Amino acid sequence: MSAMIDIAGLSKWYGATQVLKDCSAAIATAEVVVVCGPSGSGKSTLLKCVNGLEPFQQGRISVDGVSVGDPKTNLPRLRARIGMVFQHFELFPHLSVRRNLTLPQIKVLRRSADEANAKALRLLERVGLSAYADKFPGELSGGQQQRVAIARSLAMDPIAMLFDEPTSALDPEMIQEVLDVMVGLARDGMTMIVVTHEMGFARKVAHRVVFMDKGEIVENAPTADFFENPGSERARLFLSKILQH
Amino acid sequence: MFAHFDFGEIVRSLPYLFYTGMTFTLLLTALATFIGIVVGTLLALMRLSGISFLTVPAAAYVNLMRSVPFVLMIFWFYFLVPYIGQWVTFSAQPLQVGAFASSLVTFSLFEAAFFCEIMRAGIQSIPRGQVAAAQALGMTYPMVMGYVVLPQAFRNMVPVLLTQTIVLFQDTSLVYVISVTDFLGAASKVAERDGRLVEMYTFAACVYFVISFAASRAVQVLQRRTAIIR
Ligand SMILES: Nc1ncnc2c1ncn2[C@@H]1O[C@H](COP(=O)(O)OP(=O)(O)OP(=O)(O)O)[C@@H](O)[C@H]1O
Ligand SMILES: [Mg+2]
Repeated sequence: MSAMIDIAGLSKWYGATQVLKDCSAAIATAEVVVVCGPSGSGKSTLLKCVNGLEPFQQGRISVDGVSVGDPKTNLPRLRARIGMVFQHFELFPHLSVRRNLTLPQIKVLRRSADEANAKALRLLERVGLSAYADKFPGELSGGQQQRVAIARSLAMDPIAMLFDEPTSALDPEMIQEVLDVMVGLARDGMTMIVVTHEMGFARKVAHRVVFMDKGEIVENAPTADFFENPGSERARLFLSKILQH
Repeated sequence: MFAHFDFGEIVRSLPYLFYTGMTFTLLLTALATFIGIVVGTLLALMRLSGISFLTVPAAAYVNLMRSVPFVLMIFWFYFLVPYIGQWVTFSAQPLQVGAFASSLVTFSLFEAAFFCEIMRAGIQSIPRGQVAAAQALGMTYPMVMGYVVLPQAFRNMVPVLLTQTIVLFQDTSLVYVISVTDFLGAASKVAERDGRLVEMYTFAACVYFVISFAASRAVQVLQRRTAIIR
């Protein structure tokens, strides 16, 4: 298997502070990787480097063979092929749910309005929200908004999906409905990088777990190994803290 | 004392006051607002671009407009626009620019500086995550701005923009310095002709007050109606 996402020797600085230190990881097609680690360890920054939302100073990232850091790369075109789901959903509040799903398809992928609409309704159905097509994001619960956000990403037919703490802004009773959608995606063979502290989700669908601390990838192990036998003291400490809850 | 007042003249001159005067005032207000918002939005995008050859001139323009007395600007443009026109069009004589065109250029450029600052605040009020989400969907800068940021910024700023328009509506009366017949100009012509200064200016003040007051109440109602549910 060739790597869908290949990160090699990635370093990034914000001004004088280094936030990513020589990070390397390869994510194969249809692989699900969970990234965890303490707050400020650089998880979000790593994801943003993968789709070029943040520039980086050293190293190389390629997605489906396209080099992200290459100045010649058409970043908008690359990003259109990589789905991203945010902690705070980031639906466009001035547009209806339907329009949130159709606008990027029409403007970015140049699909016809009919095609975009059909696709939107199919995906809303998939996340169980067909009845909400003509509501506005502000009228939906957090869990519903996050499912719409996932559907909006899927409407672009992404080759991979990045999730940045998709459930950490949700009320506890809404977490499961979002995780269920993500489990479905993983089972369907989507390539996924998921930053999350939902260890139940990790155990269930992740092929590998990456543990980050202070900008470094400290551990990158098959899921079972990570939980049974973490190789580093830092990961062990982190796990014991997080599994207490 | 009102016994000595004669409001009859006002009634007879209403068609002139409103048809000639108020039409000019409202047209100038509406067009200058429209052009001012368009130019102001472009200036705001320049100021926020982070590219110094765009930010520096935009900031300089805004500061210049805000530190020159407006009446001076009106005068200055009135005498200068014909020569700028001549220079731009390579014509032999100064361009014939009417008082309306001259005032429109002045007001639009002046208001653009204010609308720039309003739109800049509006754009900055949109969470960064909205931009990131739009970019992550593959949108280019013009798409991010055109479909995601500016519509929301504009919606958030409608009350402030309209309030500025009401100020502009009142400021249009300054065109009297170049002898234009706007509403106040029409009123003062009638007043001079009939020697009824007090009645006429009182009436004009009432009209400005009623329109401005009604408009600002309307803005408040609109503000409640158009707020984006978050
Ligand atoms: N725009 C920025 N400018 C400067 N420093 C930043 C910026 N964004 C993030 N940082 C810093 O980079 C480091 C990594 O941040 P990042 O958001 O990637 O961490 P994280 O692992 O996602 O944390 P969290 O679990 O809190 O989301 C932090 O120390 C943060 O303060
Ligand atoms: Mg984060």
